[in-house]
Amino acid sequence: MAELLLELLSEEIPSRMQAQAARDLERLVVGALSDRGLLFEGAKSFAGPRRLTLMLSGLPLQQSDVSEEKKGPRVNAPAKAIDGFLRSAGVTLEQCEKRDDGKGEFYLAVIHRKGRATADVLAEVVPECLAKLPWPKSMRWPQPTSTPVRWVRPMHSILCTLDGEVAPIAFAGVMSSNRTAGHRFLSQGEIEVRRFDDYVKKLRDAYVILDPDERKEIILQDVKNRAFALGLELINDPGLLEEVAGLAEWPVPLIGSIDDAYMEVPGEILQTAMRVHQKYFSLRNPKTGTLANRFAVVANMITPDSGKTIVAGNERVLRARLSDAKFFWDQDRKRTLESRVGELGGIVFHAKLGTQLERVERIESLAGEIAEKTGVDVKTARRAARLCKADLTTGVVGEFPELQGVMGHYYALNDGESAEVADAIRDHYKPQGPNDSIPRSKVSIAVALADKLQSLFMFFAIDEKPTGAGDPFALRRSALGTLRIIIDNKLRLDIAKLSGYQAGGDLRDFLIDRLKVHLRDAGIRHDLIDAAAAVVRDCDFLRLVWRIEALQSFLKTDDGANLLTAYRRAVNIVKAEEKKDKTVYDGAPDPEAFVLAQEKTLFVELATASELIRAEVARERFEQAMGVMARLRKHVDAFFDNVTVNDKDLNLRKNRLLLLSRLRSTLHTVADFSKIEG
Amino acid sequence: MAGVPVKKKTFQDLILTLQSFWASKGCLILQPYDDQMGAGTFHPATTLRALGPRPWRAAYVQPSRRPKDGRYGENPNRLQHYYQFQVIMKPAPADIQDLYLESVRAIGLDPALHDIRFTEDDWESPTLGAWGLGWQVECDGMEISQFTYFQQVGGIDCDPVSAEITYGLERLAMYVQNVEFVYDLAFNEDVRYGEVFHQAEQEFSAFNFEMADTEILFRHFNDAEKQCRELISGNKKLALPAYDQCIKASHVFNLLDARGVISVTERAAYIARVRTLAKACCEAWLATPMGDYKPRIG
Repeated sequence: MAELLLELLSEEIPSRMQAQAARDLERLVVGALSDRGLLFEGAKSFAGPRRLTLMLSGLPLQQSDVSEEKKGPRVNAPAKAIDGFLRSAGVTLEQCEKRDDGKGEFYLAVIHRKGRATADVLAEVVPECLAKLPWPKSMRWPQPTSTPVRWVRPMHSILCTLDGEVAPIAFAGVMSSNRTAGHRFLSQGEIEVRRFDDYVKKLRDAYVILDPDERKEIILQDVKNRAFALGLELINDPGLLEEVAGLAEWPVPLIGSIDDAYMEVPGEILQTAMRVHQKYFSLRNPKTGTLANRFAVVANMITPDSGKTIVAGNERVLRARLSDAKFFWDQDRKRTLESRVGELGGIVFHAKLGTQLERVERIESLAGEIAEKTGVDVKTARRAARLCKADLTTGVVGEFPELQGVMGHYYALNDGESAEVADAIRDHYKPQGPNDSIPRSKVSIAVALADKLQSLFMFFAIDEKPTGAGDPFALRRSALGTLRIIIDNKLRLDIAKLSGYQAGGDLRDFLIDRLKVHLRDAGIRHDLIDAAAAVVRDCDFLRLVWRIEALQSFLKTDDGANLLTAYRRAVNIVKAEEKKDKTVYDGAPDPEAFVLAQEKTLFVELATASELIRAEVARERFEQAMGVMARLRKHVDAFFDNVTVNDKDLNLRKNRLLLLSRLRSTLHTVADFSKIEG
Repeated sequence: MAGVPVKKKTFQDLILTLQSFWASKGCLILQPYDDQMGAGTFHPATTLRALGPRPWRAAYVQPSRRPKDGRYGENPNRLQHYYQFQVIMKPAPADIQDLYLESVRAIGLDPALHDIRFTEDDWESPTLGAWGLGWQVECDGMEISQFTYFQQVGGIDCDPVSAEITYGLERLAMYVQNVEFVYDLAFNEDVRYGEVFHQAEQEFSAFNFEMADTEILFRHFNDAEKQCRELISGNKKLALPAYDQCIKASHVFNLLDARGVISVTERAAYIARVRTLAKACCEAWLATPMGDYKPRIG
């Protein structure tokens, strides 16, 4: 069993593409070898700033020989037929066996195919795999071959060994060898390797850490230790860690200082400026939680002055960056948010939906309506809504769009707006994803809902709904956010009663679909959501959830499960007879026409229950309504045990069918039981 | 060289060093193009010469005009007029990254003392219908160059692919001289950058943002567009003069943009108009003798 080592050395690979490229390389090569009967024991793949590496262990040096049997004509077949068979199978008559299938003897050619050497298979499939590797963006470059290929950046060398020996591969005009290069600046000359262990060690000696996880670990531990030594702690940023681990083959974390002149700028601006432009980690004071005047930068270099020049350079760049940010921060505060609202009229929101100002005006009026319905001060909610997008015209947000809302909060406070208004401006974008928190204060809730519902109403109105292919306006996120805000804050709000909601559109179904996704994690079945949603028309999602929860607990009880069975039996009978009779059994049974005690009892109980259930549902006491249904169970069971529905007396039969139909309609007051699965 | 103090390079030293370095690598040392343009890429020595099969190596300084970046001489590093040093090599040499690093060493930045990185930064010019993949080169966190492998120019595939390197000269000089305010740069031993350009920044900022007559500019834009089309319509193949008009239209558009008279939606339309001109010029260029037009077979 042998080991395959494959490394592709190129010019710098974008960090964001590395991890997926390593996975794709493994998937493609593994797939191609398996397809050719070459199985192996283990696979590992790695990516870094300049190389993609794949290692397969326990790979055979040779494909297994295969023999294939090919059935020919009968031995007494015409010579022409036999000759044709021999030609097509590539064998002579002497090489054929004779076999008897019970109906007579026939010729059988046994064809042995020698397995090919793994190296030959590699030479064929690896270049195909490389050509197929799906880079998000790839390029052409001058290549010494008549069949140029694309790669993420120009390819410089290919290292490929099988069992320690070079396996010849050609790609992009480059021939494979057993050599590669180390760190761009810290290592000179070529490295010769045979096997993976040897490769990892020699790379390390040449200042290259192959494994991205190890690079991340080094960065994380080192930054944490250095911060700790200064009495500070790292503000975790997994996305940034992933990115910087893809920018250094030999990561060297260094600590720099932020000029005091900039420490009065809000921490969010500093942190964002450092992260986005400079890829620095921010540190904070563990006691106060405030941003520290230090940052961590990850260099790809060891220098004779222990990084002093590098730190000084980075500090200078940061000063220039922060001087820009501070300039914007100072300029922005010279004007009120209110004075910026008008400018939104010059920014197009969507070709069919007008300007940002028109959008804000819609949000403002919706926020007012929602505030009124949820018992919030309408003026405050409208004020916050009016200002909620004004920070889009500020310098800081122009520079750092991810600070929208956050900056509005600061500027609102600076303008003397109330804390409620400022908080709502900051929080109205929440939740920005399934893991983000939801707004809790009442004004923020009103504006957050207004913002999201405005999008949902408008985009559904112009038929810009999310499709399988895409959701460019993030309507799924808006819908999920709306539901989470309503349900988690226990908010009573019928969305269908807000202006802008289009009855009969697809929005309600869309929201119910999102509700299913949301409640799935809470263990609530999607069919129960359909069952409960089918019997109401409104969009009061909190009440819908109550109904669903009561239904789910009811169905878990014996009474519930039995009643469901009885319901199905009743419905099946009614349906079958309706079909037979080509009619619909719907209407009041005649109380005088019943004969048996059990049907009379069921009729009376059903009549009482029906009233009670309706009353409980009206009072939104869904559990109590389920309790009433539970008490019906024994009467329904007794009915089925003693009463024959399809009586010869047609009037009696009709009356009994009407009774069962009534059972159905009574249960449907709570939920459409026919939608319940299982 | 160790132990010998290296005198900090003046602004003009930097230019002279880059010129002699790239001259030694076989580049023609061209002079700036005599039209106002936003970047060295607009110089026909790059835009047009990047197309077609003929090998081409050139380097030159190009004054770059970005009317919107004017700050009346008050910002430490933003200028509405600055210099780019542009290198174009077609086909891109296999060791172009090493050549570039050699040039960095030549201007006094020793990679052994600094942290030099190639970080993803793909380049696109919507007005030229051009794009390429590459990096921004950073030295200790500071962007010192743009490095691009041209894939398309004027919507036409570049074959062979060129490598383009652009050095932002003021920024680089500020780094090398350890200066934080651009006007403090030593242009030569005696004269500071501010003495040469500060007044120009003030005056042109006022012109770009306040004084430029937009009515005249709109007219100039239309005239340039019209003239450009005429020069390459039908059988006329005056690609170079037509391309001059395209450059002019692009600069006029930038001025109008700085004057704030072009709305967001109009903006895209103006860019598309310039791109249409650029594409037409590139196609016309390929049909000229220097463009090495060869009809496709079949």
